[in-house]
Amino acid sequence: MSQSLASVAYIGATILFILSLGGLSNPESSRRGNLYGMIGMTIAVLATVLGPRVTAAGIPWIIGAMLAGGGVGLYAARTVQMTQMPELVALMHSLVGLAAMLVGFATYIDPAVSSQYTGAAKAIHEMEIYAGILIGAVTFSGSVIAFGKLSGKIGGKPLLLPARHWLNLAGLLIVIYFGREFLRAESMSDGMKPLIVMTVIALLFGIHMVMAIGGADMPVVVSMLNSYSGWAAAATGFMLSNDLLIVVGALVGSSGAILSYIMCNAMNRNFISVIAGGFGTGGGTAAAAHSSDGQPAGEVVPVNALETAELLRDAKSVIIVPGYGMAVAQAQHTVNDITRHLRGKGVNVRFGIHPVAGRMPGHMNVLLAEAKVPYDIVMEMDEINEDFPDTDVAMVIGANDIVNPAAQEDPASPIAGMPVLEVWKAKTSIVMKRSMASGYAGVDNPLFYKDNNRMLFGDAKKMLDEVLAALKA
Amino acid sequence: MSQVIGVPRETFAGEKRVATVPEVVEKLIKLGFKVAVQSGAGDAANFSDDVYRAAGAQIVADAAGLWAGSDIVFKVRGPSPEEVGLLREGGALVSFLWPAQNPELLQKLAARKATVLAMDSVPRISRAQKLDALSSMANIGGYRAVIEAAHHFGRFFTGQITAAGKVPPAKVFIIGAGVAGLAAIGAAAGLGAIVRANDTRPEVADQIRSLGGEFVPVEYTEEGSGAGGYARVMSDGFQKAQREVFAKQAKEVDIIITTALIPGKPAPRLITAEMVQSMKPGSVIVDMAAEQGGNCELTEPGKVVVKHGVTIIGYADLPSRLAKQSSTLYATNLFRLAEELCKTKDGVINVNMDDEVLRGTTVVKEGSITWPPPAPKLSAAPAAKPAPSAPVLKKGRGHGGGAPMSGNRLAIMFGVAAALFWFIGAYAPADFLGHFTVFVLACFVGYMVVWNVTPALHTPLMSVTNAISSIIAIGALVQIAPPVTSGAGRPDDWIRWLAVAGIALTAVNMFGGFAVTQRMLAMFRK
Repeated sequence: MSQSLASVAYIGATILFILSLGGLSNPESSRRGNLYGMIGMTIAVLATVLGPRVTAAGIPWIIGAMLAGGGVGLYAARTVQMTQMPELVALMHSLVGLAAMLVGFATYIDPAVSSQYTGAAKAIHEMEIYAGILIGAVTFSGSVIAFGKLSGKIGGKPLLLPARHWLNLAGLLIVIYFGREFLRAESMSDGMKPLIVMTVIALLFGIHMVMAIGGADMPVVVSMLNSYSGWAAAATGFMLSNDLLIVVGALVGSSGAILSYIMCNAMNRNFISVIAGGFGTGGGTAAAAHSSDGQPAGEVVPVNALETAELLRDAKSVIIVPGYGMAVAQAQHTVNDITRHLRGKGVNVRFGIHPVAGRMPGHMNVLLAEAKVPYDIVMEMDEINEDFPDTDVAMVIGANDIVNPAAQEDPASPIAGMPVLEVWKAKTSIVMKRSMASGYAGVDNPLFYKDNNRMLFGDAKKMLDEVLAALKA
Repeated sequence: MSQVIGVPRETFAGEKRVATVPEVVEKLIKLGFKVAVQSGAGDAANFSDDVYRAAGAQIVADAAGLWAGSDIVFKVRGPSPEEVGLLREGGALVSFLWPAQNPELLQKLAARKATVLAMDSVPRISRAQKLDALSSMANIGGYRAVIEAAHHFGRFFTGQITAAGKVPPAKVFIIGAGVAGLAAIGAAAGLGAIVRANDTRPEVADQIRSLGGEFVPVEYTEEGSGAGGYARVMSDGFQKAQREVFAKQAKEVDIIITTALIPGKPAPRLITAEMVQSMKPGSVIVDMAAEQGGNCELTEPGKVVVKHGVTIIGYADLPSRLAKQSSTLYATNLFRLAEELCKTKDGVINVNMDDEVLRGTTVVKEGSITWPPPAPKLSAAPAAKPAPSAPVLKKGRGHGGGAPMSGNRLAIMFGVAAALFWFIGAYAPADFLGHFTVFVLACFVGYMVVWNVTPALHTPLMSVTNAISSIIAIGALVQIAPPVTSGAGRPDDWIRWLAVAGIALTAVNMFGGFAVTQRMLAMFRK
């Protein structure tokens, strides 16, 4: 296959990738979108393998590596639990980052590549390598930590080093300094030292950045790392002068950036501070403890599963608001059973999904889809928020901050201005929770003390099973 | 030793309620108490002795035996003189009592060395809402008032267009939007009437509207407001304006329900005889304040009278007329009180006078009168969290605690970017700029495409972009065996192994990412 044919194949692949993302605009076309993606990937890989830049000697290696990696990937995809999706996605980001690093190093030590360039072109090429490895390393280590946090192997609490912003800044300055050293290096072995120092700093930076972020901010982090992995691919594309890589990297990068932006909006956080990494969480927690004058007053009214079932049975319309607690308790199937039962009785049951519910964008949707909840009754926050006043029962399952009325009512609250699901406007709200502990943001939730709120304490799965049994009885 | 809660039959003429219901008996037993119910106590509220027995209560044949065998007596109405005589020395009694109106009763009870809790004296704080029997009774009363009015009103409530002609909807005017008033608004609106309501507190307007009523304000501007006697003038002027509003409404509406009460004072006279006269014949007035003298001049407490063609209902026992419902709610209020009294769940009450709610409710404690209670604290806050020694939140720092720092970093990043652009512009070869153009355009394409993705599919979006980003495999592919003579110094093995590792890693992503996306998307169904 000639270079021109390979280029044309790349254009085809690019179009297919764009169509693939476009297909996700609704669930009907999404399956075809995924198919486009697969075809595009196949074309791109075949065109490269059969193209002029790979000789026959490499093909056994390629097949071997593909089989090994592909086998692992397929196995993971088959066996992963839907509740573990965030972990899997984070782990996969780390692989992209690591691959970008490896490719960067391989390119650097290949004299055949670097000998093509002189003068400014060489400087730019080296800068591309430097940047590619940098982004790859940050993505890699950040994603590994994110994976650890999501899977519970590392505590979810943010680790806040003193003067951490200054540490990051110092890291950046060192990286820039070594970048200069790297460009000045005469020989490959001279350049290796700054390159490795930079890689280590980038790895540490990635670790530090994600360590500083707490559990419920994970949606932002995961989508941010998604974005970074795209930029890593784009940087590799520059390094190799490959437009396909650049385009795909840019697509993925902007997709991740948009997701992060949506997540940030949903949490009322500053986008720029997140993209720059290491956004503060300490301020919020400290403020929560301080706003003691905003301490909600009153009495929580606990109910049991029987009473909950009665409330649900007497309701005409119900909105269920799931949160991370539902994922932890694996309660989505019971939720679906309850939904089916109630819908069978003519109750209008719908779901209200907050953009940051769960640990990654769209997490709740996937869980509910897994439990076979029809997607047309699963609503976004903006679609359903105005329906709460006409709702008899709003059932909150393992969510806290996303239904906190303080965000609207208390300007001093650390989460003030964050868009929330207005469950308290329903005639009755039921909050299922393990205890009275505050949510991630550390803010007390005045919802619990509202007159029309009931608390159902206990493990979500266990309580919902009891509710279901009571409904069927 | 667990104590016995006794529930006698109500002796007040016409009282149909009972102080506990079988459902609550079970809960009381779970708290550790024994429950004794006088035979026939629940008959008027449709609870037979058998159901009480089935719930675990002991049925006692006569009042004397019941009072004698009970440590705590639950009642609805305050005890009659005979009943006071039956109360065990040092026993406990829980019922409505109205201590302000019945000082002698209080004396007699104190003489029996009794402990008495008055359900009408529950402090009105949020923590005590679940014990607030006045509210639960007022709710029922408001509903029943509408039903009584509908019963005596000769027309439909809801408007209809029938083959036999058009039926206009009834117009209902409700005075006072407290618990009873709001319940009446809801009930009347539910029957299809046009509901208007007035209250001296303008802040209840939203509640009235939320139940389907229309708020009728008293348009009173504070004219002539001088220094001294401001409140008095205001009050007189306001009352005059209020009477005008009511007079106007009386001419228009078919039904008036009045619920205006002032604690500890006779009910205000709001509807004059002239207003009644001005109403259309066949109209109905329900005076829920009849027991306290009535809001209407022509009300006769406890009776239904027709004056000037208007039916005036002065029943004082509206909750009792819905006996099953009111008994159930009252029994639940009592159960909540029992929970407060018996936190240890061992069936022994502990009247803890340090507890604000119990202190307010208790009017006689072991023979000494404790009414009236000291003024309640403003609010019962939940146990305050120990405030950690956190720094005071500086203004402008918001939730992004690192915002200013990020700003600095942002400035540096912009500086770097600007320098880079200048550098690119100054030195970069055309080849690079070509790639750069592609990059920038691709970013915008990605931006346009991704905004169209439905939020429900954000997780599949992430996994598919993840799969796609394994395109980085191409970088590794071209390195594994490029068509160059492996010249001196090319570390072939190193490069090959790095590339093989890269391909293997990206293959995990490539296959895994697409496969898991496929799996997820297959689950989304209608």
